[in-house]
Amino acid sequence: MTNRYETVFILTPVLSDDQAKEAVEKFKGLLKEEGAKFHHQEDWGLRKLAYPIQKKSTGFYHLLEFESEGSAIEKLELAFRRDERVLRFLTVKLDKHAVAYNEKKRSKKSEVTA
Amino acid sequence: MADNSEIRYLTPIKIDTQRDKYCRFRKNRIKYIDYKDPNFLLKLVNEQGKILPRRITGTSMKYQRRVAQAIKRSRHLALMPYVGDLLK
Repeated sequence: MTNRYETVFILTPVLSDDQAKEAVEKFKGLLKEEGAKFHHQEDWGLRKLAYPIQKKSTGFYHLLEFESEGSAIEKLELAFRRDERVLRFLTVKLDKHAVAYNEKKRSKKSEVTA
Repeated sequence: MADNSEIRYLTPIKIDTQRDKYCRFRKNRIKYIDYKDPNFLLKLVNEQGKILPRRITGTSMKYQRRVAQAIKRSRHLALMPYVGDLLK
């Protein structure tokens, strides 16, 4: 039974841009192997953290919204824990209100840009 | 000499008795509280970054739990501070 998930993770600011992209691709590839379907991807870029994490006060924020089996999440989080470039991550299962909210936000954004 | 310290009002002055509090989420049909936009969540937090109690914000228990969960998630992601002088 596939569920909708949304994961946000913070990469250490020390990385150069392409290293950050490569890290994101690594996680996306891992999810693709698990047969995940991607719905949305957001890159908030370099943002200031509200409190220092591991002595760093900024970080690359990245958001992935996807649909996958429950078992894929375990592997994803294991990869997050192992990778030392990732400062922090949070995976959330989306209920129907959350999905509706994201859809509406995306449609509103596309209207603005369209 | 009229002792004017003791002033009596004809009608008791009406200090702003509590206008009825309402749950802002039920009123404007908000169904999902997004943990990713801190600007909205900052309204529900006091200066030190603590979550405001229901007796002040007037939100219903159902949405107060969701607010608390969203705030804790955004704190985990360092979008909001655990403690700090926010709006000073």
